[in-house]
Amino acid sequence: MAAAVSIVDVVKTFGALRALDGVSLEIGEGEFFGLLGPNGAGKTTLISTLAGLVRADSGRLSVLGHDVVKDYRKARSLLGVVPQELVFDPFFSVRETLRIQSGYFGLRHNDAWIDEILANLDLTSKANVNMRRLSGGMKRRVLVAQALVHKPPVIVLDEPTAGVDVELRQGLWQFVRRLNGEGHTIILTTHYLEEAEALCGRIALMKQGRVVALDTTANLMAAHPGGTLEDVFVRTMQQ
Amino acid sequence: MIGFWTLFYKEMLRFWKVAFQTVASPVLTALLYLLIFGHVLDGHVEVHGVSYTSFLIPGLVMMQMLQNAFANSSSSLIQAKVTGSIVFVLLPPIPYGAFFAAYVLASLVRGLMVGVGVLAATVWFAEIRIVAPLWLLVFAVLGGAILGALGMIAGLWAEKFDQLAGFQNFLIMPLTMLSGVFYSIHSLPAFWQRVSHYNPVFYMIDGFRYGFFGVSDVAPEFSLAVVATCFAAVSILTLSLLKRGWKLRA
Repeated sequence: MAAAVSIVDVVKTFGALRALDGVSLEIGEGEFFGLLGPNGAGKTTLISTLAGLVRADSGRLSVLGHDVVKDYRKARSLLGVVPQELVFDPFFSVRETLRIQSGYFGLRHNDAWIDEILANLDLTSKANVNMRRLSGGMKRRVLVAQALVHKPPVIVLDEPTAGVDVELRQGLWQFVRRLNGEGHTIILTTHYLEEAEALCGRIALMKQGRVVALDTTANLMAAHPGGTLEDVFVRTMQQ
Repeated sequence: MIGFWTLFYKEMLRFWKVAFQTVASPVLTALLYLLIFGHVLDGHVEVHGVSYTSFLIPGLVMMQMLQNAFANSSSSLIQAKVTGSIVFVLLPPIPYGAFFAAYVLASLVRGLMVGVGVLAATVWFAEIRIVAPLWLLVFAVLGGAILGALGMIAGLWAEKFDQLAGFQNFLIMPLTMLSGVFYSIHSLPAFWQRVSHYNPVFYMIDGFRYGFFGVSDVAPEFSLAVVATCFAAVSILTLSLLKRGWKLRA
């Protein structure tokens, strides 16, 4: 069976900066995987490379066996990405945004699923509101919804709870857990380590473009008895 | 194909939601040009055997079509890039050919809507006849498509709004204004006549005007050859930039 995500020896440089320095990872189907590291560690660059927003200098990446360069259309159709930046198109309402995003992925008449996403993200009352009129937290919810419109088997959440309230976090994690339970692979980056500890079965720690630790959450925690994931993180980054 | 149609629909919806700015305003601008120049020159100048106002109308229609086709794709791309919402079209599996076609077609539709609007607003001021509608249509479509594709190149290239304004004000505006919209190039000194022949927009407007009056500065077949070559060249360049992900994918 193909891995949900396979990353082999990926290098990406921006001028003198080596943003990804030979990263290799394999994430199995159905995993809830955490990608953690300080700012500038290369997490977002790695996700962007997987999503085709950034092109690797060398190495290979694939989604469910489909190369993200050679077979980019299939790879992208299998991937849903919640970007880190709070971006939106100011011309459209929430429902228009989600219908348009569905169409980009080749889906017409997707309203039943759109309604389900809106309900799960507590956006139903905002369905016909223009994106400009939403609060930051609401816009973040729409970003999550956009990533899910095509029911992607692999979902990447790049700091989805940054700057959002507790209620949304709880609702979002409940929904994402359900999707994971239904077989969707989840890849999460977050600076809230308690979230990663509670949700992720396996975690990769990145530092300066490299994977410096990769194991199950339980094994990482066991290496530092009595500590939290934050302790593991701090000690690993200090090494 | 659904991806293409959705992107096309989105681009249409984008300009239609602000139609007062994107369609009505250029119609008003053209009407003002006609009222001022027509008032000053009509009765004093006759071009190709028609009154100056009659001569001016097709030029204004085409000029506004071209400028608005350019504005549509370029403003959409730069806005998406600056706000970051460009990711919404980069993440899905939309082939670059569909990406190109959707932006160019939407630009063309906006250009044609503006053109029809300008014609409807100005036709009351002079006698207008259309002797070769097919020529008119061919030059309108090819001209709008070329400027739509050029708008894509400008939108991809520019990283800030002022860079795009520079492209528009220092290249597109002079090319369209100095292309024979307001005059026949036969009224120019020999040197400027020769210079005008290096301006591809001159052939678009001259060929378009032929569709109205059946007379033009150069043969419409020659203009068509120039315009079709320009369309092929600009399309190939735009497609190659999109394929490379130029200024879109790092």
